[in-house]
Amino acid sequence: MQRYILKRLLALIPVLIGVTILVFLIMQLAPGDPAQIMLGSKATQSNITALRHQLGLDKPLYQQYFIWLGKVLTGDWGRSIQLRRAVLPLVWTRFQATALLTVFAALIAIIFGMFAGIVSATKQYSIWDRLLMFLALVGFCLPVFWLGLIMQIIFGLKLGWLPVSGMHSPGGEGFLDTVPYLILPAVTLSVGSMAEIARMTRSSMLEVIRQDYIKTARAKGLGQRAVIFRHALKNAMIPVVTVVGMQFGYLLAGAVLVEIIFSWPGLGTLMVNGILARDFPLVQGIILFVASVYVLVNLIVDIVYAFLDPRISYS
Amino acid sequence: MPDSAFLEVRNLTKYFPVRHGVFGRSISWLKAVDGVSFSMNRGETLGLVGESGCGKSTMGRLIIGLLAPTSGEVLLEGENVHAATGERKKQLHRRMQIIFQDPYGSLNPRMPVGEIIAEPLYIHGLARGEQAQKRVRQLLDYVGLGSYCMGRYPHEFSGGQRQRIGIARALAVEPDLIVCDEPVSALDVSIQSQVLNLLSELQDELGLTYLFIAHGLNVVKYISDRVGVMYLGKLMELAPGDELYSNPRHPYTRALLSAIPIPDPKVKRERIILSGDVPSPIDPPPGCRFYSRCPEADEICARESPELRELDSGHLVACHRVGG
Repeated sequence: MQRYILKRLLALIPVLIGVTILVFLIMQLAPGDPAQIMLGSKATQSNITALRHQLGLDKPLYQQYFIWLGKVLTGDWGRSIQLRRAVLPLVWTRFQATALLTVFAALIAIIFGMFAGIVSATKQYSIWDRLLMFLALVGFCLPVFWLGLIMQIIFGLKLGWLPVSGMHSPGGEGFLDTVPYLILPAVTLSVGSMAEIARMTRSSMLEVIRQDYIKTARAKGLGQRAVIFRHALKNAMIPVVTVVGMQFGYLLAGAVLVEIIFSWPGLGTLMVNGILARDFPLVQGIILFVASVYVLVNLIVDIVYAFLDPRISYS
Repeated sequence: MPDSAFLEVRNLTKYFPVRHGVFGRSISWLKAVDGVSFSMNRGETLGLVGESGCGKSTMGRLIIGLLAPTSGEVLLEGENVHAATGERKKQLHRRMQIIFQDPYGSLNPRMPVGEIIAEPLYIHGLARGEQAQKRVRQLLDYVGLGSYCMGRYPHEFSGGQRQRIGIARALAVEPDLIVCDEPVSALDVSIQSQVLNLLSELQDELGLTYLFIAHGLNVVKYISDRVGVMYLGKLMELAPGDELYSNPRHPYTRALLSAIPIPDPKVKRERIILSGDVPSPIDPPPGCRFYSRCPEADEICARESPELRELDSGHLVACHRVGG
């Protein structure tokens, strides 16, 4: 098992190199000249040329890439043009807020999605099944930005139960202070994934329930609950774990919209501001960071598979 | 039929609803098992043969209580299997086990073999801890597998080995009756005989009663004391094995027997070829189920469903055209 994990970690290196190349090239393709932006619209051509030279922007592309890569590896992710601060610590602080939101949304999606899927599968074609799957279809189709606004109107403005924006009450800090601020954005973010997980759990469970070894378990004399949780669920988990892993990427992407709607001080708001301001080093840093997190999450999913299914070989 | 029958099946019926229409409003009934009665003595092997979809597997599941019947009863030593509840039900179910056709599908892929076999022991409170481990080793030994298997997972074994594991699992709770639901049809011929021999040895040793379901008449012939032939949810003929093979009375049985190849190219036999397919078991017409394909069908066969009657001692046939 340890060897398997080590092997998978080593396999990450080429993937991450690929990520850095892609990120670097995408930023090159984006229109606008950073030197021009830094100096403003009234800069003279000679000033711009001087700054381009100073920033190394006049070097060939591959040289720029290796210089940049070398700095990234040593922890120097550049300075934000707009905020005039080092990118890495900035990204790291904001990432914590995004991680809190994403993990919370993922937990909500997994718990309620799997529960709905199990109920649907064990009571197939019942009124509960139909209702839950209808809701899942609706949830899957709702655009996040619309759902977020509706949640704000209902729970924030009409009912006044929960705050509609920000992360802390004025002057407050700590996790408990954040919880009320977390609920609406996390629920908004989780709905699509919840629906997907519910549908996947249902179909996977239905497939497993028809297997002979479930009949075997019943023939042994096990009760319904033990059959479902001990025999069926564990076997039905593999496709669900795959979906959960993929949903994590979707959640990170969805977090951008949700963060803007709820003014959540995470990576999403930082990135959108960065893009609007042509703040290349910042955007580059955020994309690199998020891509690395996504790759790591997928690694974790693969390792979870190996734990769940003895048929997947460790070597 | 003697009153002291070990297992008695009385007028057993299982209809499955088939829903169609936009909201699943209109329902037809798939008559998987339709009024079947027979009895079994302790220690005997009753073979049950028939084409795919004739209801033989449903029958096996009804008998051990995995499915609830639409009507009719299954009595194990006089006690109704489906009426029992709570502890009593658990007790009855412990005495009846099943071996499935597909040795790849019937073992949970996430459980080590030792746990698969030990689980019934825990459920029925028969053994715990070290004692249970000992029992598992003993069971594996019974079926010719070593105790090295305990920590391994089902996918590490071949088909024949897996079927042995399935048998060990069924034996764990010391059952009296085992329903063998086509236990060898997924296996290679050479492995088939090994598993069949194992089943007979275990029967001699432990005094087991088998209901042996198969679609091949030759496999059934090898292992069964009596053989029943099913067609579309009905029992067509039931007779001691030798009697059925030497003196088949029902036209359907005769057609089935004529389809067994003889391993001698010089022997010519008149084959009875049945025309048409097996009709759908959904809402079958009245009359004999075999009417549409029977070479000897009469007009009474279209109207009335024949009862299962005893012709000679122990030889039962459901056909208007036979005997009198």
